[in-house]
Amino acid sequence: MAKRFTLEDFLALLKKYDVEVIEDVKIDGDLEIELEGSAVDLTAFTALYSLLSELGNFLYHANMALTYMQRLSSMLGIQMPFQLQVPTQIAAPVAKVEVPAKPAIPEKLIEARFEPAKVEYTGYIEEVVLGATRADGGTRDYVIKLGGERSLPFYIFDKPQPNLPAIAIDVFDRPPSLAKAVKVHYEDVVGSPAEWAKKCVKKFGADMVTIHLVSTDPLLENTPASEAAKVVEDVLQAVKCPIIIGGSGNKDKDPEVLEKAAEVAEGERVMLASATLDTDWQRICEAAKKYGHVVLSWTQLDINNQKMLNRYLLKRANMPRNSIVMDPTTAALGYGLDYAFTNMERIRISGLKGDEELNFPISSGTTNAWGAREAWMTESPIEGDTPWGPRELRGPIWEIITGLTLSLAGVDVFMMMHPLAVAVLKEVFNTLGGKVKGGVADPGKWIFAEV
Amino acid sequence: MKVKSPLEIYNFLPRTNCKECGYETCMSFASHILDRSAKVTDCKPLVRDAEKDSKAKEKLEKLLELTAPEIAEVVIGVGSSAIKIGGEEVLHRHELTFFNPTAFFYDVWDSLDDKKIDERCDRVVSYKKFYVGKYLTLDGFAVRCTSNDPKRYAEVVKKVAGYGKPMVLIALNPECMKAALDVCAEQRPLIYAATEGNWKEFLKLALDYKVPVVLRAKDLNLLKSLAVTFKSAGVKDIVLDPVTEPLGEGLQGTFERVIQLRRKAILDRDKDVAYPIMVTPIAAWLIEGDDVTKSYWEAVIAGIFIVKYADAMIFHSLDQHVVMPTLTLRFNIYTDPRTPVQVAPGLREINNPTPDDPVMITTNFALTYYTVENDLGSAKIRAWLLVLNTEGICVEASVAGGKFTASKVKELINETKIAEKVKHRYLIIPGLAARLQGSIEDETGWKVLVGPIDSGRIKGWMEKNWPPKK
Repeated sequence: MAKRFTLEDFLALLKKYDVEVIEDVKIDGDLEIELEGSAVDLTAFTALYSLLSELGNFLYHANMALTYMQRLSSMLGIQMPFQLQVPTQIAAPVAKVEVPAKPAIPEKLIEARFEPAKVEYTGYIEEVVLGATRADGGTRDYVIKLGGERSLPFYIFDKPQPNLPAIAIDVFDRPPSLAKAVKVHYEDVVGSPAEWAKKCVKKFGADMVTIHLVSTDPLLENTPASEAAKVVEDVLQAVKCPIIIGGSGNKDKDPEVLEKAAEVAEGERVMLASATLDTDWQRICEAAKKYGHVVLSWTQLDINNQKMLNRYLLKRANMPRNSIVMDPTTAALGYGLDYAFTNMERIRISGLKGDEELNFPISSGTTNAWGAREAWMTESPIEGDTPWGPRELRGPIWEIITGLTLSLAGVDVFMMMHPLAVAVLKEVFNTLGGKVKGGVADPGKWIFAEV
Repeated sequence: MKVKSPLEIYNFLPRTNCKECGYETCMSFASHILDRSAKVTDCKPLVRDAEKDSKAKEKLEKLLELTAPEIAEVVIGVGSSAIKIGGEEVLHRHELTFFNPTAFFYDVWDSLDDKKIDERCDRVVSYKKFYVGKYLTLDGFAVRCTSNDPKRYAEVVKKVAGYGKPMVLIALNPECMKAALDVCAEQRPLIYAATEGNWKEFLKLALDYKVPVVLRAKDLNLLKSLAVTFKSAGVKDIVLDPVTEPLGEGLQGTFERVIQLRRKAILDRDKDVAYPIMVTPIAAWLIEGDDVTKSYWEAVIAGIFIVKYADAMIFHSLDQHVVMPTLTLRFNIYTDPRTPVQVAPGLREINNPTPDDPVMITTNFALTYYTVENDLGSAKIRAWLLVLNTEGICVEASVAGGKFTASKVKELINETKIAEKVKHRYLIIPGLAARLQGSIEDETGWKVLVGPIDSGRIKGWMEKNWPPKK
């Protein structure tokens, strides 16, 4: 019933018409998972992502892709929705209705016209580029642009959204403690951050990877900064996407670790995570400026602290406006998501209204969703609960709904882990971003048909 | 609401500070009407006068109109299970709060055999999920007419009505709808849906049976025309369905229509579209793919529109991976951001503890507290539970933010005199507060044991660690 075609059809078409670049395809069967004890079957979308990577994906900004899509769509006879349908119906003169003493069933509808409310913001969100290609002194194959919005997220009927949210998958330099449903996807690469990063990009379609240098924590392995920097070099070698570098969260050690990492990544325009109010943010910013990187400004669920830290980065550390991204903290669905959502939504609206200390792209540590017991526990610890069902299905959807909710608050880059959650959220962003064609033939069929 | 300051309301009040409403002054009452924590009709003198005097009645009606919510409220069902939808004031929850949570109706259909219908209904009425101190439950049923047979449909509707939950009746055929209303109209079901094709018949049904009605149209000009027509014919209880398309540009179009409707109602105060909005995640079951694909996408569609303005929803899936995240998200989005979710700090006795039972500590963040309390209850563990005032912040953030500190723990131990109630000096702290172990020991002199990261694992932890090995 849907106007869609399968991957096979699609590949055949690409061959036939010699299409080189293509953006946003919808394929069938992209959400298969198996239950208890077995791995998620990702073959369907893996094929798509590797195809797209080879063809030169990530052309969100390129008109070229649109042109090809239009060409292709005219061949296939599928409508393009790019020109937003302005209601063209001519308003019939509003009939003057005689109000009868007793309401009766009128012969005709009283015609009314719906004029959308106009909403325009004076401000905009800064556009921040992550990664640098050879042309800009780096070695990345492509860059990822964050931000640039002039309206609320996905309100493309107000203003076009230049960059849809990007997804970075987490990579750790030591075996992390992960929920089982997540762990199964990375078991073969734990211990090798380079291989891990490759898997994220090639197999799971990550736009970027975040390498977390957790082992540098003095309470753990206390890996020296210089050694941790080698891991960064390995990852930069292994993958050609933009990367994000995270410390261990130790406020004394992180500035040194990030400084060293910034040095070895010179020219690659990585994002350094993170500058916080209780670290030596000045030192992290100096390293970012010296080696051409972006800084993540991280505060804990407090818009005023976020504003203060951003002000320090701008005024005291003289960070360029195009080199700051904010992490106002992500709390999981059911565990404070309301705080995280509203905090981010307020920050985003303030930015759009012209607050120049808050108009930066937003990052979310969506992997936090896995801390929710509903995501990972085998069954409910609460006696009266209706049984929770298989956790293999609960976990990914917990990460999806956490990310989806925050995307509606304004998040521009998601740090995630479960491959299925990554794939579904990408589909959501492309859909709400207006980049997925088609739909179902009769959206009212569920009213009368068995489903 | 139209009024923006308490003074505008105050001028309508008796200004006698009689306190019958429960507030000290008329001004205080006025400000509570403004933030909707009090109702105009709580002013007894005003109501009494209105009963006697037509001028006073006019005044009361004027005040009710001025303080009516921006989005109309519609009640579905009767009695204690009735639910109210709509009644919203703002576009973003931090601007005030969202009021009536999205109502969730679950699919049953009349071509299903009776046994299966009962099974589905049982699952809906027996559903429970513990969260922040109480059990979340499901709101009602969406009874679909898939047989196109009025007799069968009425039979099934009657059966489902017996479960006592609010219902949405779903049939485009007016004959089927009439047959169903004949058996259950007094239970005030929401009827779905009047369309361009059947609106005359549905308008008659809505008027004859005095039931709320959903208007369904993808074209917002048509949808508004339907609303204006129904309203002028005397139908007050209207719900708008701008058609949920489950995929691709259709779903982006749905997103646009829902937002445009609500923005028009709130920003431009267009009363002709200021009605509750219906979204139907069940439409996800029209896409191709297996059941997991469809149910995941159903949860995704629901998620988008729980955040963005849906007041009622129809679901097909009863699987936990759809129900649990959507119920939880609804709770989160509709939590009043003006009131911190916290419980009183102090000492709680769980399952009548003895002087030999363990002492544990948690925060006064309501979610954390009720989770811990319930886990202990479910695991049948006797314990003394210290509740630390972290200003409603959870363990992890309060440890990081300096609201969960050794000195505050010491104060709490002293205030609650817990040392007089137990024979030992062992304190079990949450796994997420592990880094405070040493400092609490230094500060209090108690031996600190680090408990599990999640209190759901307290039972296993106790088996291994309690009583402590000397």
